[in-house]
Amino acid sequence: MRYALRTGTIVLASVLCAAQASAQTIKIGSVLTLSGPNATLGENMDRAIKLYMKLNQDKLPPGVKVEVITRDDGGPNPDKAKQLSQELIVRDKVQFLAGMTWTPNAMSSAPLSTEAKVPMVIMNAGTSVITTMSPYIVRLSFTLWQSSLPMGTWAAKRFKTAYIAVSDFGPGHDAQAAFTKGFTDGGGKIVGEVRIPLANPDFIPFMQRAKDAKPDAIFGFVPAGKQATAIMKAYGELGLDKAGVKFIGPGDITTDEELANMGDVPLGVLTVFHYSAAADRPANKAFIAAWHKEYGANSTPSFMSVGAWDGMDAIYYAIREQKGKVDPDRTMELFKQYKNADSPRGPISIDPETRDIVQNEYLREVRKVGGRLVNVELETVQTAVKDPWKIINNKK
Amino acid sequence: MQAVLASVVSVAFHGAALGMILYVISVGLSVTMGLMGFANLAHGVFAMAGGYVLTTAISRFGVPFPLALALAFVVVGAASIVLERLLYSRLYTASDLEQVLFTIGLIFIAVAVARFIYGTLQQPVVLPEYLKGQFSLLGRDFPTYRVFIIGFSAVMVGLLWFGVERTRWGAMVRATVDNRAMAQSVGIDTRRLFTLTFALGSGLAGLGGGLGAEIIAIQPTYPFENLVYFLVVVAVGGLGSLRGPFVAALLIGIADTACKYWLPQFGAFPIYVATIAILLWRPAGLFGRHA
Amino acid sequence: MSTHAGGYSADPRIRRIEWLPWIVALAAFFLLPEYLSLGARILIYILYALSLDLIVGYAGIITLGHSAYFGLGAYVAGILAAKAGVTDPMVQLAAAAAAGALLGLLTGAIILRTRALTLLMLTLAITSVLLEIANKASSLTGGADGLSGVVIAPILGLFRFDIYGKTAYLYCLLVLLIGWFLVRKIIYSPFGTSLTGVRENSLRMHAIGAPVYWRLVLVYTLSATVAGVAGGLITQTNQFVGLNVLSFESAGELLVMLILGGVGRIYGAFVGPVVYLVAQDLLAKQFPEYWYFGIGTMLVLVVMFARGGILGILDGLIARMRRKA
Repeated sequence: MRYALRTGTIVLASVLCAAQASAQTIKIGSVLTLSGPNATLGENMDRAIKLYMKLNQDKLPPGVKVEVITRDDGGPNPDKAKQLSQELIVRDKVQFLAGMTWTPNAMSSAPLSTEAKVPMVIMNAGTSVITTMSPYIVRLSFTLWQSSLPMGTWAAKRFKTAYIAVSDFGPGHDAQAAFTKGFTDGGGKIVGEVRIPLANPDFIPFMQRAKDAKPDAIFGFVPAGKQATAIMKAYGELGLDKAGVKFIGPGDITTDEELANMGDVPLGVLTVFHYSAAADRPANKAFIAAWHKEYGANSTPSFMSVGAWDGMDAIYYAIREQKGKVDPDRTMELFKQYKNADSPRGPISIDPETRDIVQNEYLREVRKVGGRLVNVELETVQTAVKDPWKIINNKK
Repeated sequence: MQAVLASVVSVAFHGAALGMILYVISVGLSVTMGLMGFANLAHGVFAMAGGYVLTTAISRFGVPFPLALALAFVVVGAASIVLERLLYSRLYTASDLEQVLFTIGLIFIAVAVARFIYGTLQQPVVLPEYLKGQFSLLGRDFPTYRVFIIGFSAVMVGLLWFGVERTRWGAMVRATVDNRAMAQSVGIDTRRLFTLTFALGSGLAGLGGGLGAEIIAIQPTYPFENLVYFLVVVAVGGLGSLRGPFVAALLIGIADTACKYWLPQFGAFPIYVATIAILLWRPAGLFGRHA
Repeated sequence: MSTHAGGYSADPRIRRIEWLPWIVALAAFFLLPEYLSLGARILIYILYALSLDLIVGYAGIITLGHSAYFGLGAYVAGILAAKAGVTDPMVQLAAAAAAGALLGLLTGAIILRTRALTLLMLTLAITSVLLEIANKASSLTGGADGLSGVVIAPILGLFRFDIYGKTAYLYCLLVLLIGWFLVRKIIYSPFGTSLTGVRENSLRMHAIGAPVYWRLVLVYTLSATVAGVAGGLITQTNQFVGLNVLSFESAGELLVMLILGGVGRIYGAFVGPVVYLVAQDLLAKQFPEYWYFGIGTMLVLVVMFARGGILGILDGLIARMRRKA
């Protein structure tokens, strides 16, 4: 009992002190992957954060500064991520946690958010259940159900049979369940499925299995980045495109910044996703222009960059509305009202009941434009999509 | 039935390609350990280096593929001589623990250097046009590059075995592996022999790393991630033997691919269990001599 | 490797200087309240390193697979807490210890008949098997996502595991105290002496009729038990278990910590983790590449020039000062 009281007093004192100090500097703790095989993912998020801060200094109340303390989790390392989050809260006294490239990392840090009352803004991790793990979590990125369920529904109109190949962790399981529901509800048949280990997979045997089941389409999900390139390579090497088996999936598999490394194999691959760097709405054009100006014409932002960008926008909104004196519960109330009609990905908002992102989903095809492969948005499959998993399972 | 046969063939084929790569990389380790009793856990570093040499030569300097392969062999072999003279040679009489620690230290250093120079991304491998695509044989399609891997490795293996069986150098190696003290007393310069053999083994590892860059990705954490595979090949095959690791590598390559294909829910579990079983049954490996 | 005498000729009574680490640990509790979770981790790794020292330093068994017992303890404690609703920390720890002991006995009995590379390979294979199981049995272990929802009831109903790590720190300190005491007793006993005999000259041990194999199995089981306890502790302090506990990289890091401190001596296992983890905390965040490079170089240098680790260097310095005096 004494301990609870003591801890509570410390937390309250820190919050008050923080509220006092925040008249000057608001600290945000960002946990990203900046080293190891998946470093490009975190780098793309970090760049977006820094670019947003650079271009939006005028959006802060007078006298208020924002400082981002970045920590490297090295990949899907939930123990390390938890340790880093704990240190950010206890030692660096951050008022927001942000980043979270990977689902396991977000999930392990969630209890800290609740205990210390530090709002966590998820800028990437896409497993549906994450936002239910703490009332202080808000997500500005996406969920696998948002993209894979409409993908399944759409695919059922074009293909009779499908084979599912997903990575064996949270988002992969979500993608599998979501696609299966959409596809089978639409009358399609799943002829086989396989879960591929997350660490260092060799995709050939798995894609060979898929090929031998002779489906009309293979639905795949792997983490964006290097693994997307590897599975695309396997798809090409086994001659699946020539055998008439279409490769479909959420946009992770044709992630914008990796397309250049995939050769010509991805041409014609269809995906459903919330963001493509090739989208031609004005907000995106401005975003891409600013990105190129800062990071060079050869650099491409990814959907993770947009997640980070919009995440910062939400944080700045909360800071502005509270005039720099940030209180965790008020912050969460503000997040629940957050809307942005002009994000690079189109109109977005936060669902006040679930604290999860609401956005449009687009059907895209990989085409060659100006000598480079890009995801061309063909049509808007669904507008203002709320996370279907929570709706189906009645969860908040 | 047709389908089952087709998938068996496919699995055997891909597994053999993987197995050949594992062998080319690991044979140097087997000979080194049998020759000098030195546990070089950092052997994977040479394979990784070969992979980097190959990919850099091709993408940065536009070197044609065959030349790049040769470069991988030569550069890594030469570099290993330097390492051997400077560092390894001081530790031949050290305890097992010290050798293990030393080589782990080398791995850490190599990983850091690789990250520093090349960043954390996987190195993209750009194959020449004539090795891309599919190759038709008996009504089935095989990826051309894998066919090349199997063929090329078979040639290298043949050369190696010929060298060990027929040349004077090979005879000296076999003698020293059998009984080092005796070999020295009949006048074989074991130190120089070892340097030469070490260079050859490391060069082969580099060649294997470059050749297999498509299958076993070249990235800074390569020596850590694949250490278990190389060690399993050598341990199961038997130290100091040439044929043992060959059989072991093929078995592992095919078993690994087969398990991923037919039992994906078990992952690599069966391979490790099999390794344990084999090592308990024959602690010196399938073809090893010293118990 | 000729290391510290191991104490078989030393007086088994606790010398006064041996209380120093505990005083430092308590001081840290009061002086560094923001670093307690790092502190708890250091304490756990000291316990883990002690267990490794028993077999590597004293019995001379080289293994890269000690994380199997650590990881098993961690997962057993975690699964009991998250899936079976057993929230009492003592019970969880006891289960972790029992699991470590059982696996240690089973695997030790099997693999200790072999030597050198075969033994090393078997330790790697066993860890790999456990890693695969942890990865695949995701309904039990959480797989790659890790095991959340690990609930630890307050110790004795009073002391909650809080975010600052206060309870965790003292709890780990207490367990370490007990563990250290037990390990010390083993090493200074006739059994411990016989271990040194096995390490230095097992041929002669056979000749004098001392059963080598069963001694090795016994010490291996004891070591695995301690490692299992350390694993349970890490689950309890983190309230989470990830696949990392079984990784080769962390087994390699533990070996580095031990070598750094000085293998074959109890306090090597104290000094090593402290120096390594503090240095990592200070340096690795800013310069992860340089950190790995530094660790590798240090390892190479230690093996080539300073085989006794930090304590060995200290010993040398003290000896030199004594000679001058």
